[in-house]
Amino acid sequence: MDNLIWIFISALLVNNFVLAYFLGLCPFLGVSGRLETSFRLGLATTFVLVVTALCAWILNTYVLIYAPYLRLISFIVVIASTVQFIEMAIKKTSPALFKALGIFLPLITTNCAILGLAIFATNRGYDLMEGLVFALGAGGGFTLALVLMAGLREETELSDVPALVQGTAMNLIIAGILSMAFMGFAGLFSSG
Amino acid sequence: MSTEKDLDAYQEFIKGIWRDNPVFVQVLGMCPMLAVTNSAVNAVVMGGATLFVLVGSSFLVAAMKHLIPKQVRISLYVIIIATFVTVADYTLLALLPKVHKELGAFIPLIVANCMILGRQEAFASRHSVRYAVMDALGMSGGFLLALLALGGVREILGSGSLFNVDLFGDGFEPWVIMILPPGGFLTLGLILLFFNWFTVRRRAFLQRVAALDAEEG
Amino acid sequence: MSTPVPVQPQREPGSTRLVLAMALAGLLAGIIIIGVYEATLPTIEANRARELREAVFQVLPGVRKMQALRYDGRGLVPNPGKADDDTLYAGYDGAGRFIGYAIPAEGPGFQDTIKLLYGYLPRQRRIVGMAILDSRETPGLGDKIYKDADFVANFDDLAVDPEIVAVKKGTSTAPNQIDAITGATISSKAVVRIINRARSRWEKRLPAPGSGPAPDRME
Repeated sequence: MDNLIWIFISALLVNNFVLAYFLGLCPFLGVSGRLETSFRLGLATTFVLVVTALCAWILNTYVLIYAPYLRLISFIVVIASTVQFIEMAIKKTSPALFKALGIFLPLITTNCAILGLAIFATNRGYDLMEGLVFALGAGGGFTLALVLMAGLREETELSDVPALVQGTAMNLIIAGILSMAFMGFAGLFSSG
Repeated sequence: MSTEKDLDAYQEFIKGIWRDNPVFVQVLGMCPMLAVTNSAVNAVVMGGATLFVLVGSSFLVAAMKHLIPKQVRISLYVIIIATFVTVADYTLLALLPKVHKELGAFIPLIVANCMILGRQEAFASRHSVRYAVMDALGMSGGFLLALLALGGVREILGSGSLFNVDLFGDGFEPWVIMILPPGGFLTLGLILLFFNWFTVRRRAFLQRVAALDAEEG
Repeated sequence: MSTPVPVQPQREPGSTRLVLAMALAGLLAGIIIIGVYEATLPTIEANRARELREAVFQVLPGVRKMQALRYDGRGLVPNPGKADDDTLYAGYDGAGRFIGYAIPAEGPGFQDTIKLLYGYLPRQRRIVGMAILDSRETPGLGDKIYKDADFVANFDDLAVDPEIVAVKKGTSTAPNQIDAITGATISSKAVVRIINRARSRWEKRLPAPGSGPAPDRME
């Protein structure tokens, strides 16, 4: 149990996917303009991450022990097609849910956080439970970073920022400060 | 899209290095960019691996563009790219195990670098092998330079060394924050700021020259 | 010099052709990957084995030969296969006499999981060496757990009873105490906790001192 909590907290705060591993930066810098959108994108990503963890575990356990060299290709192909399949299923069964989250799904497949999660979980030898908890933590951390960033960006729109700094340069500097703040979470689990 | 006649191989090469630099101008391929640039050596290895993957897949895609059915082209590009990345991954693991350990999961993540897939779709699939390779060389050269700039700055400030060669001696207290994640964000932010400033200054200068010309004329 | 490439009018290809193209691409990709994998595998495995040997020889001074063992629920048996959580390494001198164990252990550090290996002499109940295999501790502070020679030297002769304790730098008096690193107390304590935990886990599994495992599959 201890181990699971450590994995969760580590992925959520200490080793936040966006702010410590730089995974999922494209949506982080691109989509984080609005709070509402960011939150939904975060939820949709968390969902895909959990599906990914499941796929990665199945592949690792039943296929890749015989053919480790196919890891990368099979991760990409299987994850992309699974997400596409789920997207179609949601569209058919729940149009409301599709409207809220579905539009993000194709975007998310190309997000490096997805592939990153599968590779990290494999490298660290997580079992199914650990993998799922890791995915939840990573998704939560991604959502948290995205929402914080969106909140800050909505603020900056009301401030008088020099034209030169506006855009990606400023967002990166804000992200740097956020990342510094998150470093404060280090040691959370071992200071006991 | 221009026709082949308008193209000049040298121009295709140089545009990726400076005018359309994938990192500083197009802001692509950020995740490998920031994660591995805590030292110049890591930056060069990552840039080299990306160059190999991009040039290799651009060559293949351009050479086989008539054989690739349009409907499944994206999937095929991804398979081609993933193959090259796997090759690069195993080769690095065998030849440079120490660097590979530091880069860790970020070598396979080259697959998710949007710059590579973007070049296949936007350029290699529509041009002859020669231009596709020049374009790929330019783009990945620009990517490599950007990585090197970022990795160099971060290593000099964060470890007081460059390519593991000590620069300042014992008197220097390294800015540890620079080789930690926040340093990546801050350094890239500041470099982009410099690029913006440079572009604005250049535009203003050109306008002044034009105005002077008009006065004289 | 440059020849214009005629844009071919796209016919609607049948699905057979699509499937065929995908299958062909997959086949080619597979062949290339397997080729590279087979070509690089010997080097990669040799690198890994050499790294492990170096680490084991480092934490167990005087060791010339080693073998991998794993705990199967009753005792230690040779483990020629993949290393797992229940794997350790027995070290022997040049004549094949048992010296001690090199035990891998891991646990949460300041930033991320720390993986380490320590050398343990069961007869003397002492730790005689420690090497960090993998960590992402803060550069300049936490990474002193492997960069600071003084800290690593703490583990060169360390009593394990009742358990290892980290104390403020320069204040260690008992044989079971180590000097923590100034500015990296949490990382230092993490290393100590990881070793203590691994030691109590292995305590009952190791055979009684004096009856060390016989060399069986030595490298």
